[in-house]
Amino acid sequence: MTTEAPPLSEPLEIQFDYTRSLGPVLGRFMTGLAERRIEGVTGSDGRVHVPPVEYDPMTAEPLSKFVEVGQEGTVLTWSWCAEPVAGQPIQRPFAWALIRLDGADTALLHAVDVETPEAIHTGMRVRVRWADEPVGHIRDIAYFLPADAPDDQPPPPTSPPPPAAERADGASVNTVVTPIKLGYEHTVSPEESRYLRALGEGKLIGQRCPKCEKVYLPPRGACPTDGVPTTTEVELPDTAIVTTFCIVNVPFLGQQITPPYVVAYILLDGADIAFLHLVRGCDADEVRMGMRVRAQWRPREEWVTSMRNIAHFEPTGEPDAPYESYAHHL
Amino acid sequence: MKQRAAVLGTGQTHHKAKRTDVSMAGLLREAIDRAMTDAQVGWDDIDAVVIGKAPDLFEGVMMPELYLADALGATGKPLLRVHTAGSVGGSTSIVAASLVQSGEHRRVLTVAYEKQSESNAMWALSIPIPFNMPVGAGAGGYFAPHVRSYIRRSGAPEIVGSMVAAKDRRNGSLNPYAHLQQADITVEQVQASQMLWDPIRYDETCPSSDGACAMVIGDEASGDAAGDDVAWIHATSMRTEPTTFARRDQVNPQAGRDAATQLWRDAGITDPLSEVDAAEIYVPFSWFEPMWLENLGFMPEGEGWKLTEAGETALGGQLPVNPSGGVLSTNPIGASGMLRMSEAAKQVMGKAGNYQVDGARKAVGHAYGGGSQYFALWLVGAAKPE
Repeated sequence: MTTEAPPLSEPLEIQFDYTRSLGPVLGRFMTGLAERRIEGVTGSDGRVHVPPVEYDPMTAEPLSKFVEVGQEGTVLTWSWCAEPVAGQPIQRPFAWALIRLDGADTALLHAVDVETPEAIHTGMRVRVRWADEPVGHIRDIAYFLPADAPDDQPPPPTSPPPPAAERADGASVNTVVTPIKLGYEHTVSPEESRYLRALGEGKLIGQRCPKCEKVYLPPRGACPTDGVPTTTEVELPDTAIVTTFCIVNVPFLGQQITPPYVVAYILLDGADIAFLHLVRGCDADEVRMGMRVRAQWRPREEWVTSMRNIAHFEPTGEPDAPYESYAHHL
Repeated sequence: MKQRAAVLGTGQTHHKAKRTDVSMAGLLREAIDRAMTDAQVGWDDIDAVVIGKAPDLFEGVMMPELYLADALGATGKPLLRVHTAGSVGGSTSIVAASLVQSGEHRRVLTVAYEKQSESNAMWALSIPIPFNMPVGAGAGGYFAPHVRSYIRRSGAPEIVGSMVAAKDRRNGSLNPYAHLQQADITVEQVQASQMLWDPIRYDETCPSSDGACAMVIGDEASGDAAGDDVAWIHATSMRTEPTTFARRDQVNPQAGRDAATQLWRDAGITDPLSEVDAAEIYVPFSWFEPMWLENLGFMPEGEGWKLTEAGETALGGQLPVNPSGGVLSTNPIGASGMLRMSEAAKQVMGKAGNYQVDGARKAVGHAYGGGSQYFALWLVGAAKPE
């Protein structure tokens, strides 16, 4: 019995500092925080919302009647965070709590610094601990403490302050920066894993559909047209034609290749679908639809399980393929 | 049997590169308040809300419809979100219409938006995928090779792409809400602009906008009560196809052709070019005007560019295309499709102001999204459908 190696996977991490324009209501709230003041807004039914809401939850009308509330409040409910992750307000076990500040009718979610879950309970009184340098961000409230905690209690470890949006001295806060980081484990199918492992040995392995006989590279495991499993593997040569292409002249955030470069649909000889790759080895304006090209592999010692083993495709110098031979691949 | 439905009112924001003066909720409300005023309805008249926007990565807010519910007046009402990438504004309009056509609701508020300034769509569309070549270069990088294929297949003169861009930008200057205001732009200036993704030039590319669009769609009784200035929905259609498969036609996708065939059939139209008075077609890169003229059946395959070259898609021509300025003048991605639907409605309502097509009785709105995978179409008329 043979056992197949497990599917390949690789981490994928993306991050971006999103900028949030706050509008009049949250802008005023954040401006207040920067001045160590907490403001709520009064709704149509007289309830005071903290944090303030821009539109009334009952009538959908815009709200603008602001009211300052207290910096002490009551825990309405809570949950223990035993293993804080990066970016959370407190970097040791703490409680997340819904806190109704004195003078407010709704609850604010924030962190409470207590050492154990036994040290917090519903109904407990808590007070704000301000950040040393408020900037106009919800984390200007560094965390909450039990109301009766001594002032000289040593502070817990906290995350670095969030990035602050630029603003002129004395100007109100109209933007917050929200860094977001997403970590994925990107796992590919068994068929694609076999194809990638073959690439690691310098081979190009596709699959043929038993029904329409089209050859797919990378293999899909199932034919997208017929919906049947594809099991027959086909080794393809590394010669191809360029069906169509563009020349990328524009720089952009996250770009890994220095422009200008030619991105082309490469149709391997014997394949029925083209994939995108680079064409180099000639001037960009010499690349043509129908041009014959061959893979330029990186040095063997650099090979991994990736299409990046092929550095790019280069012209072979053969005559161009006739238009009719690739017209149905456009 | 579908019930009759009509667009009772439309509204949109003043679109700009950065609307830092408003929150996301405030941006939506600017469009919603205008649509409700135009439709002469209050919150009590609205039975359900349907919202659309493009991928969450564009603003980095997961499921923004939850936080937006208060601003959308959705408390105690059904709130649905639709997602079909760039075509979402079109499909959102159609889903909203279907809630009325089914007899489920009398009046539905629908809204679509994007706040592109909160992030960077080019980054979000070019995330390098493990094991693959990092060749993604945004929407322009995706579509430019297919534009090249179109030019080769049709033999269109190279200048046609620039003619579309200059025409749409000049149209945009007639529209006070349009992001780009370029009343004096010439074909020569477009030709002289930088090649970003050869064969697509800078001026042949849509801008990056913050904006929203909203509509109120009502049943037959609401339409009758509103009088003459409503847009009756004659037909809608949507189709989808996979991004890649062997022999996929990326220039003239099957899904788009099928959606158009159904639309014309359901609307009782046999010769679209002579029977439709105005078209708002999703053209984010200028060459998609002639491409979609063929895909939608206004012109035979390979000949869409001839209508453009002859000036017949300009205001005053046989088929004005994107009299509002189109996506080339304004592109809040998620809203762009709904802007096409609502601008088509405004034409038959007679409310298109400086870019009104004289005597427009029937107009088509169109959106596409993904890698030319999602298609959404509607045909609206000044008169009730048969």
